[in-house]
Amino acid sequence: MRTLSAAVFVTVLLVAAGCKKKAPVPAPPPPPPPPAKVETPPPPPPAAARINSFTAEPTSIERGQSATLRWSVANATDMSINQGLGAVTANGNRQVFPSASTTYTLTASSAGGSDTRSVTVEVTAPPPPPPPPAAPPKISGADMLGRESQDAYFDYDKSDIRQDARDVLTRDADLLKRIFAADPSFSVVIEGHCDERGSAEYNLGLGDRRSTSAKDFLVQLGVPADRLTTISYGKDRPVCTDANEACYQRNRRAHLAPAR
Amino acid sequence: MKTKITVAFVFGLTVLVSSALYLHGQTSQGDIVGVITSAGRPVIAVPDLRGSGAAGGLMDNFNSTLWTELSGSGVLTMAAKSFYPLNVPQRPQDFKAPTTAAPLRRGDAPRTVINGPWLTDWSGPPVNANYLVVGYAGEQDGRLVLYGWLYNLAQQDLGSAQVIGKLYYGSLDADGAKKVAREFAADILQQFGAKTLAGSKIFFVSDRTGHKEIWSMDYDGSNQKQLTRYGDISEMPAVSQDGKLFAFTTYAKGNPKIMVYSAESGKQLQFYNPVASMNATPEFTPDSQHILFSSTFSVKDAQIFISDLHGGDLRRISNVRAIEVSPRVNPKTGHDILFISGRSGHQQLWRMNIDGGDAEMLTTGEGDVSNPSWNPNGQTIAFAWTRGYEIGGFNIFVMDIAKRQPIQLTHGEGRNENPWWAPDGVHLVYTSKRGQSTQIYTMLADGTNLQQITTRGNNLQPVWSKGLD
Repeated sequence: MRTLSAAVFVTVLLVAAGCKKKAPVPAPPPPPPPPAKVETPPPPPPAAARINSFTAEPTSIERGQSATLRWSVANATDMSINQGLGAVTANGNRQVFPSASTTYTLTASSAGGSDTRSVTVEVTAPPPPPPPPAAPPKISGADMLGRESQDAYFDYDKSDIRQDARDVLTRDADLLKRIFAADPSFSVVIEGHCDERGSAEYNLGLGDRRSTSAKDFLVQLGVPADRLTTISYGKDRPVCTDANEACYQRNRRAHLAPAR
Repeated sequence: MKTKITVAFVFGLTVLVSSALYLHGQTSQGDIVGVITSAGRPVIAVPDLRGSGAAGGLMDNFNSTLWTELSGSGVLTMAAKSFYPLNVPQRPQDFKAPTTAAPLRRGDAPRTVINGPWLTDWSGPPVNANYLVVGYAGEQDGRLVLYGWLYNLAQQDLGSAQVIGKLYYGSLDADGAKKVAREFAADILQQFGAKTLAGSKIFFVSDRTGHKEIWSMDYDGSNQKQLTRYGDISEMPAVSQDGKLFAFTTYAKGNPKIMVYSAESGKQLQFYNPVASMNATPEFTPDSQHILFSSTFSVKDAQIFISDLHGGDLRRISNVRAIEVSPRVNPKTGHDILFISGRSGHQQLWRMNIDGGDAEMLTTGEGDVSNPSWNPNGQTIAFAWTRGYEIGGFNIFVMDIAKRQPIQLTHGEGRNENPWWAPDGVHLVYTSKRGQSTQIYTMLADGTNLQQITTRGNNLQPVWSKGLD
C-alpha cells in the first residue's frame, strides 16, 4: 500500500516539478483506520460429564464368585462408584465379590453437569458342596510305636545296656527317627521297670537309671533328645506276676510309650 | 513309798541282769533294745473285772482292752487266767487275812484259818504272780465309773501292798469302757517304766480303693482313715517326730514327686520339687525344719538331698555314682543318716554324717538291704535284709549301731519288710506278705507278741509316730 502511495506521491511531485504551473495539491488520503482489536473468543461452556458405558460381567453369579465392572466416562472431573469402591479413573474395570445381590452406581460429574449409571450383580446361593472324600487311613505315631517298638531288657540289679538290648534299641532308634519325621509333634516317654524282688524304694531308683540308660543310647544314635522324657515305675507296673525268672526278666525292662 | 522303791528295785535289777547278759555277749533279741526278757518280767494277774447296773454289759470290752494293753507292753508277763482262784476280790474290803487258830489235836502245829480271799492266793502256786489287779465298775450319774487297784504281792499286808487305788470315769458305752481301760493300763504300765502306745499313729499305704493311697490308723489297727484321694500311685510316707507333718511320694502330678501335708489340718503344704525325673522317699529331720529325700536332680543316679520344708535351700548330700534312697536321720542327734546305697553293687545299708562325710557300710555286702529305721534311743536300728535267703527273701533285723551285731527277728514266714520303731522304743511295725496279700503287723522287739493290724487290700510301708495331742 505504502509503495503505491509513495509512487503516487513521487509522480505527483514530478508532475508538479515538471509543470511550472502550480497545479492544485490533492488532499492527502485519509489515514488508514486503526486495526480492529482481536479478542480471544470465550471458551465454550464446559461439556456435561457423560458416562459412555457401565457394565457388569457377568450380571449373575453364585456366592463366592466374582463379577467385573467396566466403565467408560467422558468429560468428567470426578468419577466414583458406590458400595465402597470409591473414586475411579475415567475408563477402568474392577473385580467385585458381592456376597448378596448388589446394585453398583457410577457417578461422573463435571462443572457442566453429572451423569449416573447403575448396574446390578445378582448373587445366587451356590449348591451345597459335595461331601469331602473319605480321608485315607493315617497311621499315628502312637500306633507305629505300639506295633513296632520293642522293650529293652536288663540283668538283675543292673542298668547297663547289654548286647541284646543294644540291638533292640538300635532298631527302636530307627523307628523313632521315622516316627518323628512323619509326626513333628509326637514325643515319647521311656519307662524304666524292675522285677518285684528288690525293695520298692531302691527299684524306683533302679527303674529311673534304666530309663536314663536307654535314653542316652537312643540319643547317641541320633534320636532327638528333646523328644524323649523318662519315668521310673519301679516295680509298680509289672507285665506279669509269676514268681519265676522268665517273668522277672520280662519285668526288668525299658519301654517306649507315647508321651501324654 | 516303800512299795515304789520295791518296784523300782525289782525293775532295776531285771534291767541290770539283762544288761549284764548283754555285755557278756550273750545278746538275746530282747536285750538289744532293753526289752526285758520274758524270764525277767514281773508276772501280773489280771482277773476279769465285773460291773454293776448298766456297766455290766461293757465289761467284756473293758477286760479285753485292759488285757491287750498290758500284755502288749513288753514289760509284763500275764499270769494265765485258767489258774486263777474262783474267789476273786473286787475291792480292798473283800480281802480277809488268814488267821491262826489252835490245832485241833494237842501237839500239832497251829492251824491257818482261811477267812476269805487273800494276797497269797495269787502269789503262791499255781498263779505265781508278783502283782494283782483288783477292781469293779458301776454307773454313777449316767457315767461309767471304774474302781481300780494294783497290789504288789511281795508285801504281807494290804496297806503296803497297794500300789494304785484310783477312780476312772468314762461315758457309759463301749468307747468309755475302752477309755477307762486304757487309762488304768497306762497307770499300771507307768509303774514299770513303760509307755502306752495309745494315741500314737501309724501312716501307711493301702491299695484297697484300687489305687495306692496314704492312710493312717491307731497302733492297734483301729480308726483306719484314707488321707489322699489322687487315684494314682501315692506311697512311701514319712511323718515328723512331733506327729504334725507327713510327706509322701506321688505320681499324681506326673513323674514321682514329693508332697507335704499337715496332719492337723489335713491340708497340703507347698513343697517345690526340683526339676528331676524322680523325687522320692522323703524324711523329716527331728526338728521338723528340713526334709531329706532321694532325687535325680542334675544326676543320673538318684542321690540324697536336703532342703527346707518348701523345697528351698536345696543341697546335695551324697556324691557318688550309685543309686541311693531312704535317708533316715538319727532322732536323738539329728546328725547322722542311715540310707540305702548301691555303691557296693547291691542295695546295702550305709550311714554318713548329715553333711555327707564319714560314709560307711553297716551291712556285710551280702544280699539286699532296705528300709532302715532308727529307735527313738538313737542307738538301735531296724532294717530288712535278705541275708541267708533267696533274692527277695527279706526278713526284719535289729542291730545296735555301735555293736554292729545284727539280730534276725523274722525267719522267712513270708516276705518281711519296712520295719519301723514305735515311739515307745520297744515295738516294731512291719509288713509281711504271707500268701497273696501284704499286711501290716506289730510285734515286740524280741519278736514276740505278733499282731496283724490290717486285712483289706495290700497294706505297705508303715511309719509310726506319736499322735497329735
